[in-house]
Amino acid sequence: MITETLSLPVGRQRSVIPGFGITLGLTLTWLSVIVLLPLSALFIKTSEISLERFIAIVTSTRTLHALQVSFGLSLAAAVLNLIFGTIVVWALVRYDFPFRRVVDAIIDIPFALPTAVAGIALTSLYAENGWVGSLLAPLGIKVAFTQLGILVALIFIGLPFVVRTVQPVLADLDAELEEAAASLGASRWETIRRVVLPAILPALLTGFALAFARAVGEYGSVIFIAGNLPGQTEIAPLLIVIRLEEFRYADATAIACVMLLASFTLLLLINRLQRWSEMRGTGA
Amino acid sequence: MSIDILNVTKRFKTFTALDAVNLHIPGGQLVALLGPSGSGKTTLLRIIAGLDWPDSGEVRFDGQDALARSVRERNVGFVFQHYALFRHMNVFENVAFGLRVRKGADKLPEAAIREKVNQLLSLVQIDWLADRRPNQLSGGQRQRVALARALAISPRILLLDEPFGALDAKVRKELRRWLRNLHEELPVTSVLVTHDQEEALELADTVVVMGKGRIEQVGSPQEVYDAPATAFVHDFIGESLSLPARVSGGRLHVGAGETALDPQGVEDGPVRILARPHDVDFAEPDAAPVRGRVLAVRTFGPTRRADIVLGDGDIVEAAVPPGIHPAVGAQIGLVPRRYRVFPTA
Repeated sequence: MITETLSLPVGRQRSVIPGFGITLGLTLTWLSVIVLLPLSALFIKTSEISLERFIAIVTSTRTLHALQVSFGLSLAAAVLNLIFGTIVVWALVRYDFPFRRVVDAIIDIPFALPTAVAGIALTSLYAENGWVGSLLAPLGIKVAFTQLGILVALIFIGLPFVVRTVQPVLADLDAELEEAAASLGASRWETIRRVVLPAILPALLTGFALAFARAVGEYGSVIFIAGNLPGQTEIAPLLIVIRLEEFRYADATAIACVMLLASFTLLLLINRLQRWSEMRGTGA
Repeated sequence: MSIDILNVTKRFKTFTALDAVNLHIPGGQLVALLGPSGSGKTTLLRIIAGLDWPDSGEVRFDGQDALARSVRERNVGFVFQHYALFRHMNVFENVAFGLRVRKGADKLPEAAIREKVNQLLSLVQIDWLADRRPNQLSGGQRQRVALARALAISPRILLLDEPFGALDAKVRKELRRWLRNLHEELPVTSVLVTHDQEEALELADTVVVMGKGRIEQVGSPQEVYDAPATAFVHDFIGESLSLPARVSGGRLHVGAGETALDPQGVEDGPVRILARPHDVDFAEPDAAPVRGRVLAVRTFGPTRRADIVLGDGDIVEAAVPPGIHPAVGAQIGLVPRRYRVFPTA
């Protein structure tokens, strides 16, 4: 090992941050054991079925609908979290109000609460005889056991991801930047649009991606509030569990494969967008 | 455009940043607010800009109330110590910012914006950096961008908050000279905040010395240096040799003995005699009003300094005149040639 290091080509750069070899090695090992191994098992298991069977499974109406519910509502929840999460962050960072620290701590509750507890709590609140549900019922709005219920649960679990990603970035943003913009004649809105938002955009996109990823994989809280009617309020993770319980393992992994690929593609896209937002303005 | 500050007071909780400050800044001048940190100079600048509001008092631009207008309506260019450039925009867009956010009738067509920005970039001598982003520039270049950005809105007043404070000595000196030339070219009323006396004395038409939320003296650089109005100004500007003394019966006493020095009309009580180090001569101990023992002699380049411990244990630093070689430990006399006497506060 040592001789090998010594005989490395002269072109190798010396660095003040040593340990590249060992950290990269550990990273790859760790990633392989924790992430890649289970994932490859997923694909191996899926390969037990024929291509026709695979296509039949993933294009069945029930599967397609479950995927649509999962991805559609997750995206919607992430968008809503992006908007309201940003407003929450703004209030927390920019203003000093009584119990600010308490409010700040409350944000983390969805992180810590067992998702089943969250699901049951939301269901009893939003059911037609619940505190919130009974107020909405006369307006003709049903939340529990509808897609709206799923959305509520996904917003609940996704909020802290947006808040916690954006908060430190906004807090670090130099107040002088906004003062400079104002002194140059920019209105408050122009300042936010041209100075503040571009500065926090990469963090917003990260928060959005995390909230979205979490929502796609969410199971515990959703199954209580969704009602789980096939073709209506059945989410893809639940369909996978159902297939497992029926011992149709290959069916389950086939759906999982599709979810995985779709999520991966979307996250990759968001990542690209984030890179673009960071690089913006370098050239032209 | 002239600026009038009338009775402006500003408190932050229990700290009084500005205590009933009055100041008139004539149009077209370059005025330096000079003082140690905590003297209120930056607070005063921010109040003029509209980034802070006073608790009481008035600010007038050409006689018109400025406090009623927000920072964006005051048309002031503000240059920050740490540049405050927009990191996601290149140099060109940073300078163009103030023109791009204009609304309605004031909005310039794109071609006019380009022309104006290019003009400003060549004025501050960084036209070749237009496509760079702020993090690719040196400190001096960033400050030039910040200045061009502030000038882009054709400000009626230019305010600079420690503009060279974050730069190294050589660049600071170069930019200082350049800013002076720029002011000759564009005689817009400018207020510069600095704690660097050399900067203030070299650059400004008028120096305003501030201490503890009050204005100590307003005058030309020469006046402020040669005729300090208060002990604070004497201490703060240039070097001072300070001798504790006391006036009794119209005579000045240093240590135990009476001296022939003039008390300059200061009433009985404890006083300080302040003199520039080079205005103090060395003499035989018996012939001088002030005596002490040489503690150490230091040499920097052409000048030599001696630490002298006086009879009552106070240590003063004096410039050693050429041709004299005081021995460490020797008794020596000091004769202030030019000096000021101030009552001890």
